[in-house]
Amino acid sequence: MVAHDALSLAAAVDPAGLLPARQQMALTLGWHIILASFGVAFPAMIFVAHWRGLVRKEPIALVLAQRWAKVSAVLFAIGAVSGTVLSFEMGLLWPGLMGTFGDVLGLPFALEGLSFFVEAIFLGIYLYGWGRMPPRRHLLMVVPMAIAGVVGTFCVISVNAWMNTPAGFRIVDGEVTDVDPWAAMFNPIAGLQFAHMWVAAYMLVGFTIAGVYAVGMLRGRRDAHHRLGFLIPFTFASVAAVIQPVIGHLLGGGLGDRQPAKLAAFELATTTESPSPLRLGGVLVDGEVYGAIDIPVLGSLIAQNSFTAPVRGLDTIPLEDQPPVNITHWAFQTMIAIGTLLALAVVVYWAVRWWRKRELLDHTWFLGFCVATGPLAVVAVEAGWIATEVGRQPWVVYGVMRTSEAAGDYPGLWWLLAVTAVVYTCMTVGAVLVLRSMARRWRQGEHDLPSPYGPEAGLQDKTAGKERPA
Amino acid sequence: MTIELAVAMAMFVGLVAYAVFGGADFGSGFYDITAGGAARGAELRTQIDHSIGPVWEANHVWLIYVLVTWWTGFPSAFAAAMSTLILPLLFALLGIVLRGAGFAFRKYSPTLSQARVHGALFAGSSLIAPFFLGTVAGAIASGRVPADGQGDLWSSWLNTTSLLAGVITVACCAFLAGTFLTADATRAGHDELAARLRRHTLMVGAVTGALVLGSLVPITQDAPTLAQGLTGRAAPLIATSILGGIVALVLLARNRPSAARVSAVVAVASVIVGWGAAQYPWLLVDEVTISDAAGAPATLRALLLVAAIAGIIVVPPLVYLFRLTQSTEWAQH
Ligand code: HDD
Ligand code: HEM
Ligand code: HEM
Repeated sequence: MVAHDALSLAAAVDPAGLLPARQQMALTLGWHIILASFGVAFPAMIFVAHWRGLVRKEPIALVLAQRWAKVSAVLFAIGAVSGTVLSFEMGLLWPGLMGTFGDVLGLPFALEGLSFFVEAIFLGIYLYGWGRMPPRRHLLMVVPMAIAGVVGTFCVISVNAWMNTPAGFRIVDGEVTDVDPWAAMFNPIAGLQFAHMWVAAYMLVGFTIAGVYAVGMLRGRRDAHHRLGFLIPFTFASVAAVIQPVIGHLLGGGLGDRQPAKLAAFELATTTESPSPLRLGGVLVDGEVYGAIDIPVLGSLIAQNSFTAPVRGLDTIPLEDQPPVNITHWAFQTMIAIGTLLALAVVVYWAVRWWRKRELLDHTWFLGFCVATGPLAVVAVEAGWIATEVGRQPWVVYGVMRTSEAAGDYPGLWWLLAVTAVVYTCMTVGAVLVLRSMARRWRQGEHDLPSPYGPEAGLQDKTAGKERPA
Repeated sequence: MTIELAVAMAMFVGLVAYAVFGGADFGSGFYDITAGGAARGAELRTQIDHSIGPVWEANHVWLIYVLVTWWTGFPSAFAAAMSTLILPLLFALLGIVLRGAGFAFRKYSPTLSQARVHGALFAGSSLIAPFFLGTVAGAIASGRVPADGQGDLWSSWLNTTSLLAGVITVACCAFLAGTFLTADATRAGHDELAARLRRHTLMVGAVTGALVLGSLVPITQDAPTLAQGLTGRAAPLIATSILGGIVALVLLARNRPSAARVSAVVAVASVIVGWGAAQYPWLLVDEVTISDAAGAPATLRALLLVAAIAGIIVVPPLVYLFRLTQSTEWAQH
């Protein structure tokens, strides 16, 4: 089956553009989704900090809001350009998909464009509005930005959900007819998939930002500034982490009817067993599962909400309709493992704090763990996407269009992938360098971070010229 | 008016807006490159940061709007254009990515040498992106995108009309940006800077005018369908554009940059609208008409609804943003 995994990724009959196009999509989406999460979740955290600073008059909170706004200026800029890359790629890499279904799945994209507009406009106003407009009105400018981020997420996720549960059209004699873009947009799992991603964004951003302040505390900077900087994002992330397994479970319910091959791959179910076990770990080699730990009945219980209902086995699904099983299984279980771990961790933290009145933040081991939660959430998001996307294979539109039919036919796409990898690596390095230098300058007591070629340089130039005669 | 045409026009409105506002953002890269060394260029570069910083992301979304409307409203023509013109589109995309990242990184760079690298990326790619977008427009307008999308990957955009269109696009962007920046510097009271920008912009404007006039003959020979439209139905628009350009130059020379800005916008907008009028009813010239390319009617209706909602939800805040950036509180940095 490993042979089959490799085969289904690079079958000889596929168009030359398929494999590089998939890798390209994976790289650019995988990168965009991290930045996009900041666009979704960061405004709400900035709002809370800014609100506390302004309305509750906490100077520390106001400083946090100002700094986070500057950080978000950098993150949102590269988030926006990486999103533009995706808009181009939808057409460039998948002409078969966009040419055939462009008018079916276009409506949410159009609405997404609309919400990006709103987000970008208020972002501009907010970032440059510090000290230039009435403070309360300035604070309110975050609200449309945050709402637009949420609407935009729903729209783009609804497209992905449509690829999983296609709706809003019929195929008659090979032609797409009876197009109903609204039905396509509000397809059966759009709502749940959106909720899952939305909450995931809060986890990713909340744990990452909290982790930054945890690093500071580990290095001995245990002041009020670091505590608040930790607590605001960590609180958001905590709520999200507790809800996420519930939403994930609801999302997984019915998967056996929607996409049986995906569920079989998630669960590593080679044959239909009643009741099905929950299979932890393991690899599939030549149709045999090795190294898995089976927990009886739990598979049926989790996947089907029943003590007996089975998970359909892979043996009932034709080989050409099966996804690459091992990747899907491992990605899925990675996500679940991380989700469970993070949910437990936050429950423990708040329980200890409320009932035992003890502060785990005073313990180095807990701070160390908090530093790891950000990267863990990133891995969970990536793994979740890999599970959904790889698990849908070989279909791009489930049951309707195979990915090979969607791809273009340019062998030169490997070049594109290489260039993209280089550019994205440079962009990552650039972002990290700039953000770290901002943090360093803040620690050194600088506040405004003027640009190095900024007015001072210009002024010196002028005054040098002007003052000498005097 | 048919519903297809209405959608095509809604898309075109976005294209004009992108050309004008996005174009002005791109064009500022030209002045950034030519601003001189770190000390000499500091004031100008700071002005550029200040002028385009609050608006560039919003201006950039017009491109997303055009792409999305195109693939939703006219999916097969979109796929055809994307397949044939993949190379210039990818080059333009590279420019867009490097420009956005370079701009954001430069502002918060810790050292001058880092700021130089990011600034060079920002400014250089600001010129690359409009050039290649211009070649794409030229390829479509000269009928080089076949309906099946199997056009030649190179000659479709390496030809007279495309290359001239690319160069003209860059020049127009630089001219627009020059008038905008001059007006901004004047309002902020940076008189020396404004004078310097005005001189540069006048030169750019003269070169742009010469380029446009000089390319008329080669384009007429290379792209007959477009030429017929430009000299026929679109002639008044082209005349408006030429007039607008001249008026802008005169106003600028007389030190009235705010008014010059308006005529420069008129000049650029009417050339774009003229292009659209000239190639009507074709979407891909000589290959696919707007009505042939149209997607499902239900989707077109939904798209028009979205465009209308955009008019209500997006335009007022956009106007608010522009008014804020033009106010005196925002002019100081
Ligand atoms: C890692 C992050 C990641 C994220 C955030 C997304 N995907 Fe995905 N996508 C992949 C990771 C991925 C992948 C795992 O890399 C795929 C699956 C198979 C492949 O080769 O690439 C892929 C493939 C893939 C393809 C190519 C066809 C196919 O192989 O199925 C399309 C058109 C999309 N995705 C569309 C989307 C859309 C519209 C998304 C947003 C809502 C989305 N993907 C989110
Ligand atoms: C997986 C889910 C996705 C989510 C949650 C998401 C969310 C977002 C958010 C919140 C932003 C604004 C971010 C910011 O300013 O930092 C953004 C930017 C953008 N995204 Fe995504 N996105 C996703 C996938 C996609 C896909 C598949 C496309 C295109 C096909 C896309 C196209 C864009 C574009 C064009 C922008 C830039 C808009 C601008 O110029 O401001 N996104 N995305
Ligand atoms: C233990 C809890 C979790 C469960 C039970 C769960 C369940 C699921 C399921 C069943 C899917 C696939 C849906 C489909 O393809 O139809 C999925 C996808 C996904 N998961 Fe989770 N998940 C959990 C935790 C997480 C966490 C912690 C994150 C991120 C921080 C996350 C992020 C994602 C993402 C981004 C996707 C792909 C988008 C989507 O299809 O919704 N998940 N999850």
